Amino acid sequence: MVSKKKLQFKAKLLYNKREKGSFFRLKILAPAIAASCLPGQFVTLRLTDGCQPLLRRPFSIHRISGSGVEILYELVGRGTQILSQKRPGEYLDIIGPLGNGFNYPLSAIRYPLSILVAGGMGVAPLLFLAERLAYSVERRAHSKGRLYAKRYPLNAFVLIGAKNKNQILCEKEFRKFGCTVKIATDDGSKGYKGKVTQLLQHLLSTIDHRLSTIYGCGPRPMLKEISRICQRRNLAAQLSLEEHMACGIGACLGCAVDTKEGYKTVCKDGPVFDADRIIWEAE
Amino acid sequence: MKLSVNIGKLKLKNPVMVASGTFGYAGEFAGFIDINKLGAIVTKTITLKPRPGNPAPRTCETPAGMLNAIGLENPGADAFLKEKLPALNKIGIPVIASIAAETPGELKEIINLLNDAQVNAIELNLSCPNVKSLQSTISGSPLIAQDAQATHNWVRAVRKATRKTIIAKLSPNVADIAEIALAAQRAGADAVSLINTITAMSIDTKTRRPVLANITGGLSGPAVRPVAVRMVWEAYQKIKVPIIGMGGIMDVQSALEFFIAGASAINIGTANFINPRASIEIISGLKQYLKENKIKDINNLIGSLRT
Ligand SMILES: Cc1cc2nc3c(=O)[nH]c(=O)nc-3n(C[C@H](O)[C@H](O)[C@H](O)COP(=O)(O)OP(=O)(O)OC[C@H]3O[C@@H](n4cnc5c(N)ncnc54)[C@H](O)[C@@H]3O)c2cc1C
Ligand SMILES: Cc1cc2nc3c(=O)[nH]c(=O)nc-3n(C[C@H](O)[C@H](O)[C@H](O)COP(=O)(O)O)c2cc1C
Repeated sequence: MVSKKKLQFKAKLLYNKREKGSFFRLKILAPAIAASCLPGQFVTLRLTDGCQPLLRRPFSIHRISGSGVEILYELVGRGTQILSQKRPGEYLDIIGPLGNGFNYPLSAIRYPLSILVAGGMGVAPLLFLAERLAYSVERRAHSKGRLYAKRYPLNAFVLIGAKNKNQILCEKEFRKFGCTVKIATDDGSKGYKGKVTQLLQHLLSTIDHRLSTIYGCGPRPMLKEISRICQRRNLAAQLSLEEHMACGIGACLGCAVDTKEGYKTVCKDGPVFDADRIIWEAE
Repeated sequence: MKLSVNIGKLKLKNPVMVASGTFGYAGEFAGFIDINKLGAIVTKTITLKPRPGNPAPRTCETPAGMLNAIGLENPGADAFLKEKLPALNKIGIPVIASIAAETPGELKEIINLLNDAQVNAIELNLSCPNVKSLQSTISGSPLIAQDAQATHNWVRAVRKATRKTIIAKLSPNVADIAEIALAAQRAGADAVSLINTITAMSIDTKTRRPVLANITGGLSGPAVRPVAVRMVWEAYQKIKVPIIGMGGIMDVQSALEFFIAGASAINIGTANFINPRASIEIISGLKQYLKENKIKDINNLIGSLRT
């Protein structure tokens, strides 16, 4: 799905807190972005006025609350280090919403299963998607002159994979939206011991998964494996890809991804792609 | 206060353009700035046939700069003329088509196509570090712009084939930029653009692999600015045709360095990625600078270096 309007402005930081370990969550006041963005879209932030780091940094839109946009991020280098030190009240140069998000059913009541597969930070855009999926089963109805929301059960699984239990994020939030959450950790400290893609295979062999859609976000090897699993079972999958980005708006052609239609840009044509279009590199 | 400058037959209402390969085909920036405030647009380099470009990763950040190895990805001349140019023309400012070719035959064909098209000038990219040109492999160097004779031959070929304004875009990967700029001038170039990116590389020490799939790429951004300013100054002392200066211009201060060193106009490149409004902000910054310093005409600033 696309929302075409692009905005650049200085947005006020509302909060910026350590979630756990090296993971942070921030919220910025960005009413125009909050009003128009879609799950899977991202923003870019300029972290200094100087040139270290020089380029803007891309972050998925994690949640919308009121006029605020939330970002969930991991401290991995200089840029995210600087970001983690910004204080509420400071202003950040933001551009967004950017890219094409997930294509999800706007009314999911009659729709079959959604399976969301997140590796590590991959939970970031998928929580926003889960929230919108939860809306999609909500129906507003009038009864005795009163408007009320009726929520049908959401038919969605969320599979979260990480190195260990300390790196599992957003489990509670996904549950709150009515998703069934399953966890996989490399060391077995929580949930299934192994890869989240093994968990996916397991799930697919135990449920009726016809017509379900898989949404994936995480490290490239994980996405490649999801793509392989879905191809074998003839399932549709939408994957959110990452690539080194310079401009974030489709101008520099830096973030190339090889597809059956030739090179596409992650920032403008993606970041969400249909899994069956992507040409994965050989092992 | 006069901001307008002339580049060959081209009259620019102000000397600020956007650099080839950093502004797409302008559409990407429509949501951010009023594009018709720019002096001109230089397109991404166009080749006769479409080029797919290089595999990823194509970019990486370096101290105060970035590397790119896009590999001249472009849809080819036909698609450019049909799909991109009409929208560019609608903006209402001069369009400078950047071109590259692998053979003299291709060069002729692409010039013929452009002669009939609504492009206001041709920038001949002689300096892209990422493609190996046939001509220059024969003469033993990887870029046309690294060889004065090859530069002369290519510019000459374009001069013979078109009456449009020709800008020769030169490479900084040379020992003597003035010598190459002179060769371009002698062959009939109306102006020279400098600098293109500096060939560079970056290594991931964990994997011991190059960060870019192409191994080497072109360095741009503030890191290259002092090199670019020096080259503009060196060329300015030797040539008569106007110089279009670029390399790491981020703001009005860095833009001014180029004019003072001898550039008649400037290109904004990498800065577009960091601040899509950079070019527009630089135009208003230049106006303010001229006003504050009581300089009536930007042409009086060009080459005004005091030594
Ligand atoms: C569309 C998109 C959405 C993203 N969403 C999120 C998010 O919601 N939360 C989050 O924490 N991170 C997200 N990222 C990744 C995030 O942009 C990088 O972690 C961040 O730019 C690192 O900046 P740094 O200066 O701290 O690290 P650097 O010092 O720049 O890099 C640290 C490491 O990360 C790698 N890296 C840097 N930029 C990228 C990139 N764009 N893609 C892949 N690897 C990169 C570097 O090669 C290096 O190994 C997203 C990336 C993309 C492309
Ligand atoms: C991503 C990227 C793509 C570029 N593509 C081209 C190109 O197609 N043709 C060209 O002549 N120069 C190209 N350049 C070089 C720029 O036009 C400019 O000469 C150079 O980047 C120096 O200016 P800057 O430091 O302001 O970016 C490219 C630069 C970048 C960063």
